[in-house]
This record gives sequence, structure tokens and C-alpha cells, in this order.
Amino acid sequence: MTSVRTLLEKPWIWSFVGALVVWLATIAFTGGYGAGGMVTAALSLAVFTVIVGVGQMFVITLGPGNVDLSLPANIGLASAVAMKVMGGSDAMIVVGLLAALACGAAIGAINYLLIWALRIPPIIATLSASFIIQSVDISYGRGLQIKPPPGFADFTNWQVLGIPALAMLAVVFTIGAALALQRMIYGRSVLAIGQNIRAAWLAGVHVGRIRFLTYTLCGALGGIDGALLAGYFRGANVDIGNEYLLASIAVVVIGGTSVAGGKANVPGVWGAGLFLVLLLTMLNTFGVSAGVRLVLTGLIIVGVITAAGGEKAVR
Amino acid sequence: MTAIAPGTVPKASPRGSAARARMLRGLLPALSLALVLIAIAWLNPRAISYFGFNLMLNLAIPIALATIAQMFVIAGNELDLSIGTFVGFVGCVTATWLRDAPLLGILVLMGSIGVYALLGALIHLRNLPSIVVTLGMSFVWQGLAILILPKPGGRAPDWLLSILSFKPPYIPFPILAALLIAAVVHFGLMRTSYGVILRGSGGNAAALRRAGWSLLKTKVVLFALTGLFGVLSGMALIGITTSADANIGNGYTLLSIAGVILGGGEFVGGRVSPIGAVLGALTLALAASPLLTFMHIPPDWQVAANGAILIIVLAARVLISRRER
Repeated sequence: MTSVRTLLEKPWIWSFVGALVVWLATIAFTGGYGAGGMVTAALSLAVFTVIVGVGQMFVITLGPGNVDLSLPANIGLASAVAMKVMGGSDAMIVVGLLAALACGAAIGAINYLLIWALRIPPIIATLSASFIIQSVDISYGRGLQIKPPPGFADFTNWQVLGIPALAMLAVVFTIGAALALQRMIYGRSVLAIGQNIRAAWLAGVHVGRIRFLTYTLCGALGGIDGALLAGYFRGANVDIGNEYLLASIAVVVIGGTSVAGGKANVPGVWGAGLFLVLLLTMLNTFGVSAGVRLVLTGLIIVGVITAAGGEKAVR
Repeated sequence: MTAIAPGTVPKASPRGSAARARMLRGLLPALSLALVLIAIAWLNPRAISYFGFNLMLNLAIPIALATIAQMFVIAGNELDLSIGTFVGFVGCVTATWLRDAPLLGILVLMGSIGVYALLGALIHLRNLPSIVVTLGMSFVWQGLAILILPKPGGRAPDWLLSILSFKPPYIPFPILAALLIAAVVHFGLMRTSYGVILRGSGGNAAALRRAGWSLLKTKVVLFALTGLFGVLSGMALIGITTSADANIGNGYTLLSIAGVILGGGEFVGGRVSPIGAVLGALTLALAASPLLTFMHIPPDWQVAANGAILIIVLAARVLISRRER
């Protein structure tokens, strides 16, 4: 009983409970049909949200106002860069991935440069940057119709016993992220900055360096996500990352990370990512119209966050 | 919230220069607007005319109203990520029910302001992050808009059309309307005693609570005001475009946040300026397209130019406010 209680006190448990409830509701509706396929599909789609969600989580943990709004543009550009560099040839897959990674990291670094040099609030800095990136992408990716190399497309869609390979890799990656957050100086510094930037600075944390690293990391994750998305959906696209602006923020917060900063939660990102994807699947299965689907998605997000409750007032 | 560089404790600088810097900072929104205007005048002198302003500031009224709406939540240290889709929702209601069944339309719009007030209460009582709640609501408004108006269409009520096509002598209507909006909100928020309380709820909530003010009430009032100005913005938008589309307001979320910041507002501390916000909105409205068309910037790069203008203006502001510290 006590173990159940300690489990219930974990902030991330609610996102998994939500995902489970949604999944059960859907298979109850279909009479058990497609229960396994649904999990496979949910896992493969949730991966993309989880990857950017983790990046966004580190950024949001830096404290109030820290958020990366340039992720959608970043994903779009990186998807184009990856496809162009790979050029449809299997030999170039690794180079293409590295190029997307570098492109994303550069965007993250530029974001922080704007925040630091101009002392603009991160929301506005990343927003302005995203305008510019979007233009670069439109201009660079014009008429880009390169298919991903067959090996890469197969890899992003590869499944072992119904579990997508990408999802397994992403689990390994999130475990690494959780370790970095809780056990490494970098992660502890991020948390310290989020709790009190001035106290962290006085305690000797390299505030500037850590923030720079965090924005660069988030950008790099956006870049790799763009490349993977282009592989999964078989082609780059300017709008490929559009839904990840809201999704990346939503998974972070539904997953139990504090928007006030200083408190992060890695498992919750997975739970929330699965929850969002399964929610969409459920509403599609019920056959509701696009309008009703949006309304229900919104109400459920508000409902979940209300039920999970905010943090106790600290300020 | 703003990147507080550690170690830059406000120094006791000579009072005169600090005051001058503060004034300069207050003037900055006006200066950036002037800068954009000068750029336009230089590129195309004919644009600076009654007709030119009417054309260039076409969408300035809804943008200014949406920016004011956003300013109210920001004054309370919150953020509304749903204002854009809310404007779209209001637009759809305006172009359908408000014309065909005015009573129903009015009730729905009043109800939507009530929803905003309830959100404020919910956010306060459950101590929820407004970013997420409004994020969720943005889906709700968008969904409702699609349900009301599945395909672009509808038509604005005639009285609304005639209000927004009003052509006063000498001063273009958008400028007149912007002045009016700025004056009314400035008086309400900066010059009345409850306005001070409202801003105080963002500045020092604990102090207000100890002084016996209800923080629940301030939050509800701020959110209701956001809803009210969101409704006005949506109606004005439809009065100009004459028909609606469920996605018509989507860009307004980011535009309104940028407008508030351009206008000298800050994300925390209840530091906002209604006049600045309106000026910021005008700057954005001007910078958005006419300037770029005059400069012969290819369409691919227009979005980038928008971003660049934002960055330049904010950089100028930093140069000035750095002296203030």
C-alpha cells in the first residue's frame, strides 16, 4: 500500500495513467481489435515528441521564460538538410544525420547568442530566430523532393516484435538524459539555475556555459528529430515540425516538469508523449470530426493538468 | 524571466542619468515606430498619406486589440497562448451567429468572456501554469471555430462593416482607433486605483494579499479583460476582412506577445504599458508587410525580415536599458 502511495506521489505517474486509460477506452470501443498495433503505432509516433520534448524539458527547467519556440522551424530545416546531404544514398546516412545534428546545434547556439548578447527574453529570441530559420528553410528547401535513402527509411520504420527500433533507442536516450539530469554536474547545474539563477551563480555554477549548452542541446535534438521525421515520413517538408511547438511544451508540462523551472521529469515526457498520441488515436477511432477532436484534445489537456494539480506555491 | 545576468546588481547611478535613461526607454516603442515609418517614407514617400496609412494599417486595429488582450494576462505574470485561436473563434461567431441571430451571438461572446474569467479562477485556485491551460484552450477554441464554420465564409454584420469602414477627416481611422484604445486602457490600468492593484498582482502578489486584496479577483478580472479585448479584436478583424475562416487568427498569439514586449512590457513583475503595447502592435503591423514590399524583398525572405526587425528593435532597447541599470 505504501509503495502504491509513493508511486502515486510521483508527478509522472499521471501521464502514464492517462495514456493507459485512453488506450483501454479505445480497445473497449473496438472490442479488443488492434490493441497491439495501436501500441506499436503510438510508440513510433511518440518517439519524435519525446526527443524534442526532452530538449524542451532541459530548456524549460532553466527557469521561467526559458522556452524554445524555434523547434518547429529547426525541425523543418534539419529535415531538408538531412535529405539533401543524404541525397538518397545509403552511404551518406551517417553524414546526413551528423549534418542535421550540426544544423540543429548551430540554431540552438544562435538562439542562446541572441538571448545572451541582446538580453532578449528567450521566448522572443527563439521566436525571432524561428522566423529567420523558416525563411532559410523555404528558400533552401524549395522544390526539394529527395526521398530518404531506402536504408534510412527502413531503419526509421523498423520493428522488432512489434516494438519500433527507434523507440528502443529513444528509451536508451531518455535513460541517458535522466542520468545526465540527476547524476551529472551538467544536469544538477541546470536544476540549480532553474531554482535560483543568482544562488546558482554565487555557488559557482557556470551559468552562461550551462545555458549555452542547454540551448545547443535542445537545438541539436530538434535537428536529429527533423532527420528522423524525414526518414519516417519519407521526405522533408517545411511544415514537418509544425505540430511539435505545442506538443514539445505540452509533453514537458503534462509529464510533471515544473514550468517555473528547477524541477524536471524525464519519465513523464514518455508518458505524456504516449498519452497525446493515444488520445489522437482514440478520437480518430471514435470517428469524431476534426472540430470535436480538437475540442476534446484541449479539454482533456486542461482536465489532466487540473487533476494532476499545479505545484504548491513557493514564490 | 528576462535574462538576469548575475552580478549586475542595480548600481546607485547618478539620479539624473538614470531618469534620462528611463525616459528614453519609455520612448523606445515610439522611437521604433518612428524608425519603421521613416524607413517607409524613404522607400516610398507616397505611402505617407491618408490613403497610404489606411492601407498599411489595415489590420492594425485587431492586432492592437489582441496585443492589449495579451498585455492584461502578462500584467498578472501569466501568458495566453490561446489568444490567436480565440480571435479566430470570435471571428467565426461574428461572421455567422452575430449576423443571423444577434441575440445568440451576443450570448456566445459574453459566455466566452465568462470562460476566460473561469480560466483565471481555475489557474489561481489550482495554481496551474497558465501556459499549459491556455495551450489546451487553444485547441478548444480552434475546434469550436471549425465546428461553427467548417469552411471559410460567413459575412460580417452590416453595422460592424460600417463602423470599420468609417473614414474620419484628416486622420486615418486605424490611427484614431489606436489612439482611442491606448487612451482608454492607459487610463483604466495606469490611472485608476484598481488598475494599480491589477498590476500589483503581477508585481508583488504576496504584498497585495497581506494588504487584504483578493488575488482570485485580480486574476479573474485580468483574464476577463483579456477575453473582452480578444472578443473586440476578433470582431474588428471580421469587420475588416468581411468574412471569416477558422484559422484566421492563428498568427495573433505570437504577434500579440511580440507586441507587448516591443512595447516595453516585461513577462514578470506587472511591468506593462498600454500605450507601448499599442505602439508595438502598430510597429509590427507596419513592419509585417508594406515595408517589405517596398524594399522588394522576395516573398521567401519576408518572414526572415520580420524576425530581423524584431531583433533590431529589441537590440536597440537593450542598449538603452543597459544604461539604466
